[in-house]
Amino acid sequence: MKNLLILGAGTAGTMMVNHLNRKLNKKDWKITIVDQHKTHYYQPGFLFIPFDIYKEKDVIKNKKQFIPKSVEYVQEEIELIEHGTNNVVLKNGKNLPYDILIIATGSKIVPDEIEGLKGEGWFKDVFDFYTIEGASALRDKLENWKGGKFVVHLAEMPIKCPVAPLEFCFLADWYFTKKGIREKVEMTYVTPLTGAFTKQNCSDVLGYLMEEKNIKIVPDFDVELVDEKDNFVQSYDGQKIGYDLLVTIPTNMGDEVIARSDLGDDLNFIPTDKHTLQSKKKENIFVIGDATDVPASKAGSVAHFQADVLTKNIMKFINGKDLVKEFDGHANCFIESGFGKAFLIDFNYDIEPVEGTFPLPIIGPFALLKESRLNHFGKLIFRYIYWYLLLKGLPMPGISTQMTKIGKKIKTK
Amino acid sequence: MATKDYGGNTVDVNDEGYLTEFKQWNEAIGEAIAKEEGIEQMTDRHWEIIKYLQKYFEDNGEMPSIRNMKKTGVADTKELYSLFPGGPLKKSSRIAGLKKPESCI
Repeated sequence: MKNLLILGAGTAGTMMVNHLNRKLNKKDWKITIVDQHKTHYYQPGFLFIPFDIYKEKDVIKNKKQFIPKSVEYVQEEIELIEHGTNNVVLKNGKNLPYDILIIATGSKIVPDEIEGLKGEGWFKDVFDFYTIEGASALRDKLENWKGGKFVVHLAEMPIKCPVAPLEFCFLADWYFTKKGIREKVEMTYVTPLTGAFTKQNCSDVLGYLMEEKNIKIVPDFDVELVDEKDNFVQSYDGQKIGYDLLVTIPTNMGDEVIARSDLGDDLNFIPTDKHTLQSKKKENIFVIGDATDVPASKAGSVAHFQADVLTKNIMKFINGKDLVKEFDGHANCFIESGFGKAFLIDFNYDIEPVEGTFPLPIIGPFALLKESRLNHFGKLIFRYIYWYLLLKGLPMPGISTQMTKIGKKIKTK
Repeated sequence: MATKDYGGNTVDVNDEGYLTEFKQWNEAIGEAIAKEEGIEQMTDRHWEIIKYLQKYFEDNGEMPSIRNMKKTGVADTKELYSLFPGGPLKKSSRIAGLKKPESCI
């Protein structure tokens, strides 16, 4: 009997366990999945919590219900990956030897990377919205907030879901407008990038939208520290931006177990082949989702497309065949723009977000890189798709793993 | 592919002005690029960083991150910003004749 071990039962790990449970021959293979946490969060939903559009219950389910019964599910912290001897040590001392390892330990915010951030103002005038705790605390703060300098701050790339900070700005603009205090709120978006977003086409469109909504962008801002006594953020070149309420997206890093096991880069992301998803260190270790260092978006949609390729490659690897180099960096995401509308973007390693229709050429029904009400409904419906199709590794009709070029106005880099 | 002339040395550059052939680089070119980046005087410390980047690139095939340079004691972040104001890695890699560090998505 051989062992296939999956570390992490988040979006990526759960999809993989469901795919492989259907593919692997149970006479030869035992599948085990490890995760220290009980709760599965629908992380895209965190964005809506501060504005009271979603409640906590909308984004929380038990991890167990998404793991097939025939798989061994171990709820325990991971102490060490001994890649030299193909073994994983758990916190309780138990050893899990493996023949194939899939790492899906994800990424998380690390506020301690920025001087002063987790100081006296943390969860008082300074919040994140990438954790359930941060998003909920921010909702309580916003409920009674009367206005002032509202600064949304992005520390550094890469982050999980790179469009979320902008969506947050758009939704905040809508929220303050509905509350009738928009004119009392001075909104600023502070970013280390040279524009609103990493992809030029998209940055132009979203940058224009920021301007239209009267949200000031401060670009090229590399944060040195946050002063929570006098309420300002300061860049390395001495620029200071004052705030009354700061919403920050701190540095994102991979799990500490990756550092302990000497498998990661400076941010604990694992060097991974960007087309096959095999780790660069060991050929029987594969990596998926936001645990990798591949230059794609660290979002669930990317993990979803990766899961199809990785499933193929695990089967190829088992059968001693060459791996397919099929992952193309494909990502697609809805971008909430407020007032019940949203954008949809579709891109990969080589092709920037473009105009067109999705998922079907010409027919759509969703419009790419354009604002529409239908896109907003798409985003809301997606939560159900996530829980009932995506996590279970069931096919999503009409959506292909590789980005399709038909029906899109393509400009390659 | 565009070319650019630095004091009689013609080099191949990409559309952002980064050299595409490191073997065409020399210190005089580095100094000329530094001026374009607003650094009037390259000090010994500037050159130490530039040489470090070139060595690192030769060994690893990529640029180190600012975090890595801090961690390994090469230079702290504050110093890098004072040496190369506005964008330490973007500027120093261009002066060093290396490629622009890959921006993250």
